[in-house]
Amino acid sequence: MALKTEEMVLNMGPQHPSTHGVLRLELKLDGEIISDVIPHIGYLHRCFEKHSEAMTYPQVIPYTDRMDYLASMYNEFGYALAMERLMGIEVPERVEYIRVIMGELQRIASHLVALGTYGADIGAFTPFLFCFRDRERILHLFEITCGARLLYNYIWIGGLSNDLHPDFIRLTKEFIKDFKPNLKELNDLLSYNAIFIERTANVGVLPPDTAINYGVTGPNLRASGMKWDLRKDDPYSVYHKFNYEIPVGSGAKGKIGDCWDRYFIRVREMEESLKIIEQAIDQIPDGDVTSAIPKRIKPPEGQIYTRVENPRGELGYFIISDGSLNPARVKVRAPSFVTMQVFPELCKGWMVADVVAILGSIDIVLGEIDR
Amino acid sequence: MKTAEEIFSILKEKFGDSIIELKSDKPVEPFILTAPLEVDKISIYLRDNSELLFDSLMNLSGVDDANGEKVKDENGNEIIKGGNLSVWYHLESTKLKHKLTLKVSTDREKPEVATVTEAWKCADWHEREAYDMYGIIFLNHPDLRRILMPYDWEHGYPLRKDYQNPEFYQGMKVPY
Amino acid sequence: MGILDKEFSEGNIVIAKTEDLFNWARLSSLWQVGFGLACCAIEMMATSASHYDFDRFGVIPRPSPRQSDIIIISGTVTLKMATRIKRLYEQMPDPKYVISMGSCANCGGPYWEHGYHVLKGVDRVIPVDVYVPGCPPRPEALLEGLMKLQEKVRNESMVKKSA
Repeated sequence: MALKTEEMVLNMGPQHPSTHGVLRLELKLDGEIISDVIPHIGYLHRCFEKHSEAMTYPQVIPYTDRMDYLASMYNEFGYALAMERLMGIEVPERVEYIRVIMGELQRIASHLVALGTYGADIGAFTPFLFCFRDRERILHLFEITCGARLLYNYIWIGGLSNDLHPDFIRLTKEFIKDFKPNLKELNDLLSYNAIFIERTANVGVLPPDTAINYGVTGPNLRASGMKWDLRKDDPYSVYHKFNYEIPVGSGAKGKIGDCWDRYFIRVREMEESLKIIEQAIDQIPDGDVTSAIPKRIKPPEGQIYTRVENPRGELGYFIISDGSLNPARVKVRAPSFVTMQVFPELCKGWMVADVVAILGSIDIVLGEIDR
Repeated sequence: MKTAEEIFSILKEKFGDSIIELKSDKPVEPFILTAPLEVDKISIYLRDNSELLFDSLMNLSGVDDANGEKVKDENGNEIIKGGNLSVWYHLESTKLKHKLTLKVSTDREKPEVATVTEAWKCADWHEREAYDMYGIIFLNHPDLRRILMPYDWEHGYPLRKDYQNPEFYQGMKVPY
Repeated sequence: MGILDKEFSEGNIVIAKTEDLFNWARLSSLWQVGFGLACCAIEMMATSASHYDFDRFGVIPRPSPRQSDIIIISGTVTLKMATRIKRLYEQMPDPKYVISMGSCANCGGPYWEHGYHVLKGVDRVIPVDVYVPGCPPRPEALLEGLMKLQEKVRNESMVKKSA
């Protein structure tokens, strides 16, 4: 009598401790090895684009916050930049410097959540608590500036809603001084841990040509060996005035482009962001942050596509205006939406436990995928 | 690095009538209007030609131009008849560092556009989303079904300008 | 010698009503289903981190609804997700409680007007015990919501059945 095997379909449903949000993965298994993964999204579709057609241009900013809720400053930054280029507004230099400082602090906060939850998925719970402890310091800095911990409504079209708190610069310098030894602690705990390296090295390798064809950008593309960062290749705001490096994956513990590379790139990026913040605080000029905000925002007819470097990749805003007070179309090109497409390719041939490791390393946020 | 006019002339030589015109009057970027059913061949040429090398599709979005006439249907709601739905493509070359914007326009009553998934796999989910939100059918797409709305949603295409909310969905009241 | 030593120095008998004892035991260890939908989930994770510890109230996250007492609906509920939430709620064993965290779960939040895919309030599918307002609510607000739920549990009665 011959043995026969059947393919089994396993559902990693919308409620799962490791799926980083409401994502449903349908796994087709041959024993423990995966033959196909089908992601189902749309469980958090909150109709952002329909709302933006009904609101006026400044009223869209709180809605852009809530799409990628871990990097809200960058969402607002991208939208404000797109509108300023469409209308031809020049913002004062102080505004540009403050936007860069807020953006880089937000990048550190977002990477801390990504790394903390990745460690928790793999099984290490302590780095999660350490990362959130450091994140509370950054959220305190945001809170004294604009009053909110997570969703800010701070960067407006043409400027900012209010100037920095008088203690901000002193507290930021203290934070930078305290954070550098904490980064070393995180490396000792997690990055060079033998079990972590066993679980993540050589798993889920992404070749650079596949990555570009699928449209993957950001830390995931840089981990595959390609040096592409919008802050240097398509510069915006005042990033050209700072001295910083772009970390690229080097296959230190396995192949280039595996999960460990994608994880370690984010740790290196946090170090580079600290350098940018230090330089920006030293160079910040004086000025009035609300002077360039127009009274009524009525752009000319036309369309524009602008992109910024989100902590997750290239965040693009495509805005079509028909000359009235409400936008005709606002389309957001979310980096996590594009990265989710390449996920089935990465998982083929690995086991079920590796799906969790790969999903954590590409760092998605469901609010951005579903908008 | 090439400008939009140079790329337009290269494409016009090769494809003739499929490349309709280069519009650069309104701010901020110029775009090239192309025929909807030829976009697949044009995209493979754009990706492989050694002077152009557009290896990355940044964005693909559906747009409701809402330039038809507004009539009232049998329930008294206002719907739009005639006019266009369009699809915009934003392309980029990571090696030669230039960008391009393409636009195609189709009828609102029977929207059909050729798919570009052969050239860039990135377009797969973007086209599914354009189908889900606007009802644009992409010919030869490997798997065209709804992506953000529930799979059994039959109350229309939400981002069209004349979309009406249903009252109930599976026993839950939808409006406020 | 502390207070507790004085109380228990002559014999170890504590007299209390059974209802009070059971209610006290139940409210001191409410285990929650690890369920986060959107932005409010990040604030819930921050509440269970070390700065505003949730664990000192006895609340630990469990992966499965069949082993938990409360479910905190944190984030926007969409129509696609609402049927799954109903199924999760039905999988929890009695007695179970629901905390609705954030504006979106209370009443639809900022998406009330044009959200064609948003359920305007999770109480359209499951019964809610405590509403915590805010967008997103601060961790202290969520802790206060938990304490209000503890008050509610403290006053429950095994004899008189509630609705």
